[in-house]
Amino acid sequence: MFASTSDTILEIDNVTKSFGQVAALKGMRLKVRRGRVHTLLGENGAGKSTLMKILAGVHEATSGEITLDGRPYRPADPQDAAALGLAIVFQELSLCSNLTVAENILATREPRRFGFINDKELVARARAIVADLGLPVDVSEKVGNLSIAQRQLVEIAKGLSHEAKVVILDEPTSSLSDSEAEILFEIIARLKSRGVAVIYISHRMEEIMRLSDDITVIRDGEYVSTHDRDDVTIEALIALMVGRRMDEIYPPPAHEQSASTAPVLSVDGLTRDGDFEDISFDIRPGEILGFFGLVGSGRSEVMNALFGMKAAAGTVRFEGQPVRFRSPAEAIARGIGFVTENRKEEGLVLSHSVGWNISMAALSDFTSPLGFTRSRAERDAAAQEVGRLSIKTHSLDTPSGSLSGGNQQKIVLAKWLLTRPKVLILDEPTRGVDVGAKFEIYKIIRQLAAEGTAILLISSELPEVLGMSDRVIVMHEGVIGATLSGADLNPETIMAHATGFKS
Amino acid sequence: MTQQSELQATFLRALKQYGGILLSLVMLCVIFSFLNPRFMSVVNFMNILQQVAVVAIAAFGMTWVILLGEIDLSVGSIIAVAGMVGAQCFAFGLGFAPALAITLLAGALMGMLNGVLTAKLLLPSFIVTVATMGIYRGMVSLPTNGAPAMIENSTWTAIGTESFLGLPIIIWVVAVLFLVNHILLSKTSFGRRAYLTGGNREAAVYSGIKVDRLKITIFMISGVMAAISGVLLSSRLFSAQTNAGMSYELDAIAAAVLGGTSLAGGVGTMVGTLIGALIIGVMNNGMNMLSVPYFYQLIVKGLVILIAVWLDVRAKQAKR
Repeated sequence: MFASTSDTILEIDNVTKSFGQVAALKGMRLKVRRGRVHTLLGENGAGKSTLMKILAGVHEATSGEITLDGRPYRPADPQDAAALGLAIVFQELSLCSNLTVAENILATREPRRFGFINDKELVARARAIVADLGLPVDVSEKVGNLSIAQRQLVEIAKGLSHEAKVVILDEPTSSLSDSEAEILFEIIARLKSRGVAVIYISHRMEEIMRLSDDITVIRDGEYVSTHDRDDVTIEALIALMVGRRMDEIYPPPAHEQSASTAPVLSVDGLTRDGDFEDISFDIRPGEILGFFGLVGSGRSEVMNALFGMKAAAGTVRFEGQPVRFRSPAEAIARGIGFVTENRKEEGLVLSHSVGWNISMAALSDFTSPLGFTRSRAERDAAAQEVGRLSIKTHSLDTPSGSLSGGNQQKIVLAKWLLTRPKVLILDEPTRGVDVGAKFEIYKIIRQLAAEGTAILLISSELPEVLGMSDRVIVMHEGVIGATLSGADLNPETIMAHATGFKS
Repeated sequence: MTQQSELQATFLRALKQYGGILLSLVMLCVIFSFLNPRFMSVVNFMNILQQVAVVAIAAFGMTWVILLGEIDLSVGSIIAVAGMVGAQCFAFGLGFAPALAITLLAGALMGMLNGVLTAKLLLPSFIVTVATMGIYRGMVSLPTNGAPAMIENSTWTAIGTESFLGLPIIIWVVAVLFLVNHILLSKTSFGRRAYLTGGNREAAVYSGIKVDRLKITIFMISGVMAAISGVLLSSRLFSAQTNAGMSYELDAIAAAVLGGTSLAGGVGTMVGTLIGALIIGVMNNGMNMLSVPYFYQLIVKGLVILIAVWLDVRAKQAKR
């Protein structure tokens, strides 16, 4: 199996990408051959997206060489990349729902006559593209009327409508049903037979083993190894993907858990159709319960239901009493806090001050019986949190939006600490913060647990979940795949459950 | 920190925040006093205050709504309905106090309808209040078939025409409502929740703020403020007119925006809105004294609003 060099369509050699001080890619290599499916495998944050964005012309490599079809490849922007023969289908949908399928597929390249869009020609061309791929969609339908899965297929058709030599599919099956995924696999087979190279990104191991010809594992922004599909097992790949040393950035737990304490929160059979099913677990005071799962596994939806954002069937007991929160206000009143996933959207009011943001969820504690804000007490409490979490801010009056990501995240934490929660939900608490702030946040979490707060820690970062949690619940496609503790808390077992390989 | 330096700091902060529009207000006053020597007099300033009262009070309500990132275009119509409700109460033989109570209640209900449609049915407030603007305006004519209704209750008409402790009652009303709204917005947790929700609705929901209830309450405040404006206007006119308060919502929006209230929500103060309303009042009064034809007044007013807001935006960008 020694392919001649002319077989190689895309070669990435020693590519580095730095964002300021942070190196996202270090000496990355990849050799993609014509007519083959090459899977890129790595954890969230391993550098896959960065590499794809460089190929798509969104980012520019800091150093290194990329050649496409034997020529140096340096796209100026995504349109340039498409013109050079590289098609990319992103995870996030980039379609306009108010336009038709045809208009979307040929967006910015509509056939024109006398400067006006030639509708007949537009529909004819789009229909040809769709028929060529064997897609079951009507090109004159508005994209807004299609299901998410159909949109994903249109997205793919849009990506493939250029004469592409290399096609990148970034988690294309994440929102597809099995039968829809089959359509996609047929498309991929067709592309292969035409000699098009496919770079495939997915977390689903079985799918990867079925589709791929070559598999490259990357980790921490670095190249690990490339394998022929037939020479490697799923277990070996998972080990390569997660096989990192456990950093000593996770502080050890303050004390041993005692199993005798009564649970503060018990969830039994929590279900919402289409989102999650039969979620059951207990958490005791002082326990850190990790929630791990890949994107779309339903972790955040479960937390939203617990917090009263959206209704769900099933029983929830808080301190032994059955509860049904109809709004976050009720959940907060009982002692639940929720550090949400997107601090800019759901966490902070960026235009308002640090002080106002910190007191936001505990405002009623700083309100006199007549409704006046007790601003002295409020400022004192906020200042205390700023000190305790060492939030670096000029003053309490500084707009929170002007602080760094790590300090913003600490403000969100401070906001919830001020409500003195008995159960604190942390959804990706260290996303987008630097290593220093990460360590400080871990210390705060440990301290809270030591003080008796029950912590639900949701994270896509495996080392974080492993390093912090007493027990880990692994979710896969809306159900609990496994609840692991003790010796089972290892990367291989968790990853196997998260990818649905073991159940 | 000594008492004096604290005062100084407050003053400097106010100057920084309102410097731009205060300057616009002062410049307008200077220009008009050059053009007409009678402009700069206590009597005329009393006049301006009385003339601007109806718009200023509606603008206080509008400030709450805009602060939340919403808009209330039905304000002018509510002003007219309020006058007509008062007139009808007197026609039924009610006294001043019950008539006033019913009028304010009507304002609250109309505001509540706006709020419920916006918060519960998730309709955009722009559309909701465009619709209710028409509905309320049409309702004004129902009792009289489009004819104006005279108001002869002497207490009601005294509000707009008589004085108390040397100041016209109408100015007392504006002053009290300004203070109430200012304190409610800047000193209470209710006001804080309005700022937070206007700044980021999602974050407010996740922090346990009952956003729907807040929104409905604020539309009710806007409705009550408009109803009070309606009382003042009808008392000055001794009657309820079907076209009363026509397009006053635009002046109220202009006053709030001139005063620094951001249409994106989350930013604004009652002090700013008061200054904004004064700018509009000074322009109307000054140009009337100079006998500028009405259509020129419209053009000049539009231009002044554009320039003042532009100056303000520029000053705030420079600070960043």
